[in-house]
Amino acid sequence: MSDILKIENLVVNYGGIEAVKNISIHVEEGKIVTLIGANGAGKSTTLRTVAGIVKPKRAKITFQGKDITGKQPDYIVSQGITLVPEGRRVFPNLTVLENLKIGAYLRKDNIQRDIDHVYELFPRLKERSWQLAGTLSGGEQQMLAVGRALMSRPKLIMMDEPSLGLAPIVVQGIFDIIRTINKEGITVLLIEQNANMALKAADWAYVLETGTITKQGTGQDLLADESIKEAYLGKTK
Amino acid sequence: MQNLSYYLQLLLSGVTVGSLYALIAIGYTMVYGILRLINFAHGDIFMMAGFFMIYIVSSGIPMYISIPLVLILTVVLGVVIERVAYKPLRNAPRMSIMISAIGVSYLLQNFATYFTGGLAKPYPTIPFISNGITVFGVSTKVITIITPILTILLVIALVILIKRTKIGMGMRAVSKDFETSQLMGIKINSVISMTFIIGSFLAAVGSILYFSYYEQVTPTIGAMPGLKAFVAAVFGGIGSIPGAVIGAYIIGVCETFIKSNSDYSIFSNAFTFALLIIILVLKPNGLFGEKLSEKV
Repeated sequence: MSDILKIENLVVNYGGIEAVKNISIHVEEGKIVTLIGANGAGKSTTLRTVAGIVKPKRAKITFQGKDITGKQPDYIVSQGITLVPEGRRVFPNLTVLENLKIGAYLRKDNIQRDIDHVYELFPRLKERSWQLAGTLSGGEQQMLAVGRALMSRPKLIMMDEPSLGLAPIVVQGIFDIIRTINKEGITVLLIEQNANMALKAADWAYVLETGTITKQGTGQDLLADESIKEAYLGKTK
Repeated sequence: MQNLSYYLQLLLSGVTVGSLYALIAIGYTMVYGILRLINFAHGDIFMMAGFFMIYIVSSGIPMYISIPLVLILTVVLGVVIERVAYKPLRNAPRMSIMISAIGVSYLLQNFATYFTGGLAKPYPTIPFISNGITVFGVSTKVITIITPILTILLVIALVILIKRTKIGMGMRAVSKDFETSQLMGIKINSVISMTFIIGSFLAAVGSILYFSYYEQVTPTIGAMPGLKAFVAAVFGGIGSIPGAVIGAYIIGVCETFIKSNSDYSIFSNAFTFALLIIILVLKPNGLFGEKLSEKV
């Protein structure tokens, strides 16, 4: 299979510092790819740059062979890339259903089937369809954030720390959903501090340290890597 | 019973004044809701709408064309102000954009003074709405009746727009979270323009009714109704449209009653601002304001 997303030589300045220093990442179509690394390693900045929220200093980002470097967020969404932001960021003043509808903001076709599909994936959301999103629990909000992202019918879904601040049992559920979505044919680019879970789910993984890629390999290989174990998996030698 | 009809008349004119404040207050509250900006130029957009009408009608254009033309020009003015004076400061500290708004306000006032020589200009008479009418034994002008009805219809239309349409949903989303709205593919700039279109349109409608009621326009006339509408918006909870409307009616009615008493009439403006102070002390978020607990 070919690479759906190619990030070449990405350099991003953010808040006066070089947050991302010349990294290249390839995401193969249909796979789960993960970026792991400590806080401040530049993971979020990378995803936000792809999504068009942050403008890169230098880069060539191509999606399905098309150059999308520095394009506006609405163009990027229309091309089939969506970002589930860190901290979920559902619209608290909108109902669950409205949050889903807003995920399909750029679409002009019928979205009812997609709403039904999201409700199938997350029956809990269906029960709370008319509730304001601000009243949901953290786990439910994460489901909503993922469901909302699916509403744009993405080819690539990027997720920024989906497990952050959630109970272990909920985290398990989120990872199950990530696998389900992937099986439906959507490519996943995932960043996580929960390296253990991320590597288990991932086909390919990159390790990011202070803005540079220090390692890459299959999820299984990195799980077995001693230095990774020590730095990210909390295991001693 | 003569008293009852007297108070009914006062109430009616209070409701009319309140409606006029409401039409202006919505512009303040919506722009604040989206941009967290007090658009100090809003009262002057209202004033400019008044002069647009005077100059358009005096150039011989018939009334049924003049009115839509005034509405369009005012909307264009509002959108241009946003593009030129606020948009470049989108990422600047909030104080800068506020100063820019004050600058636009003075610019418009000075511009109007330059063009008119600073003299009050008589507002053209719009046929029919200036006619006399008698309702429930109270004799008044048609405009006194039309103003509240039109205002309520416009407010209902606005609420439907915000609650039921896609752009309305976009506006509610943008008012909470710029960045995530962008991630949904919402074009922030068109939502902001839409806000200024609605605000300026309502100010233009308000201006046509207001000046038909008070019959003349001066370059600084936007200041007082603008300020009172602003108080109404704060009173109702800035950012909340129902709040702004209710606040405007309360201020309009109270003010009219105070004005009717010759002993206290001089204090009618003082009352409005005393109310502002009391509200800010007792209920800083206003009647329907959102809680100040900001997003984490």
